[in-house]
Amino acid sequence: MSIRLEHINYIYSQGSAYEKHALKDVSLEIPQGQFVGIIGHTGSGKSTLIQHLNGLLIASSGALYYNGQNIYQDKYDMKSLRSQVGLVFQYPEHQLFEVDVFTDVCFGPKNQGLSKQECEIRAKEALELVGFPEKHYSQSPFELSGGQKRRAAIAGVLAMRPKVLVLDEPTAGLDPKGRDDILDQIAQLHGQTGMTVILVSHSMEDIARYVERIIVMNKGTKMLDGAPREVFSHYRELEQVGLAAPQVTYIMHGLKERGIDVRTDATTVEEAAEEISGTLHFLRGHR
Amino acid sequence: MIRDITIGQYYPAKSCIHRLDPRVKIVSTLLFLISLFVQNSLLGYAAATVFLGGVIRASRVPLKFIVKGLKAVVMLLMFTVVMQLFLTKGGDVLADFRIFEITEKGLRTAVFMAVRLIYLIIGSSIMTFTTTPNALTDGMESLLRPLNRFQVPVHEVAMMMSIALRFIPILLEETDKIMKAQIARGADLESGNIIQRTKAMVPILVPLFVSAFRRANDLAMAMESRCYNGGENRTRMKPLVYKTGDYMAYAVTVIYLTATFVLGRFVPFHLWIF
Repeated sequence: MSIRLEHINYIYSQGSAYEKHALKDVSLEIPQGQFVGIIGHTGSGKSTLIQHLNGLLIASSGALYYNGQNIYQDKYDMKSLRSQVGLVFQYPEHQLFEVDVFTDVCFGPKNQGLSKQECEIRAKEALELVGFPEKHYSQSPFELSGGQKRRAAIAGVLAMRPKVLVLDEPTAGLDPKGRDDILDQIAQLHGQTGMTVILVSHSMEDIARYVERIIVMNKGTKMLDGAPREVFSHYRELEQVGLAAPQVTYIMHGLKERGIDVRTDATTVEEAAEEISGTLHFLRGHR
Repeated sequence: MIRDITIGQYYPAKSCIHRLDPRVKIVSTLLFLISLFVQNSLLGYAAATVFLGGVIRASRVPLKFIVKGLKAVVMLLMFTVVMQLFLTKGGDVLADFRIFEITEKGLRTAVFMAVRLIYLIIGSSIMTFTTTPNALTDGMESLLRPLNRFQVPVHEVAMMMSIALRFIPILLEETDKIMKAQIARGADLESGNIIQRTKAMVPILVPLFVSAFRRANDLAMAMESRCYNGGENRTRMKPLVYKTGDYMAYAVTVIYLTATFVLGRFVPFHLWIF
């Protein structure tokens, strides 16, 4: 169970004045169950990349294997791929259309050809997974707050019970609390269900806390790929392409430069705090 | 998928046609279109071909791109040609299919009609390819200004036009996005009969309308907060001013018009269709 991309190239509007080479020779493999972050500046190709994962965009060249099967071969069942790889677009609340939230969440499972009863079970399950309050189930999706709309929209994809969940900037336009809530919920979801989660973001801070692997995209190519610590150790290179490591990385490096012997690979504030207090304690003890 | 429609699009390039004043392009295009419909001689069309060819060449828009725009109207073209071919009567009968017959006049009308329509589409798309929507509406507003005297709200109409044009690419992009999002949720837009397909459009149209209203609201708010209140006393940052090149372009158009007129009327070798 994995997704494997081999030498994927994608060119928008080939042959016109607006031609754009959006992906350049991207190869990577994502095993089942991994929590991956894809990070990159606007226009780095991250959104284009994820639209390949469920076959919405077909690569100009290269191959994509899902569970070992080439999805570009003739008669590959794209519909089944799309129900296994759930894609939550940026501002997913803009796709809500039904008269009430519950019916809207049922749209995905209904398209999978499930019975009405099964659809409802799944919709309820999905809404619970994203922590959507039950009293709003029968409300029009257009009357909800921004955060609730987004939850409903994410539930709309989860109701299809995908094996891979791809989220494109799920926190864009939310306030800090809404952002943390959604991300915590996604992390919890990953823990509970064991599905592969691919989180696209342009904020290192957001991603660092949750994911086990970071893929950095730059100008259509894969620039870095590894565990967060490993990726953040390249913080100078990240800066050059307009990205930055989390602030704690800078603090730790700054401390080290000034002669305090701390480990520099902390990725979260909590880790850094522990490391600093541990080191200070150690230094005091040796004075 | 939706991106493939090239008709009415702007093609960014640096050419003398792109640099022309929009008013020149509008007036010349209009005159060219009229010339297509008043002339009916082979030599007149030859002149139109030379003129159009020259403009395309000078505009630096690739021919491939222009031809692609014709694809959208292929059905209409075929329909017109077939209708003309079978339903126009007159002259010698060339082929007889019992119910229908093709006459000499019918064939001629069909061919000329096809050429007319193709030139008409190419001619007007050259204007949109080389002029930004904003420049186009500026030109329109300036040309129609005399109508202000008859209480026609020229500025308001022009503003509406430029807003409408401005939003076409945005709404296309939005449609593309919503379509993709619904396909990702398993929506099937391609199969089924006409009723099923129409029903399948609901998940796309509802969000699209909601977003259009939201954008309209935001835009109105943004305009009001910048104290926009219509055309009165409003001055332009870049007023339209004719330059030497623009007068020359007018001259070329006039020469073309005279040429078609003379060729159609006074040169003895001609093929009348009517």
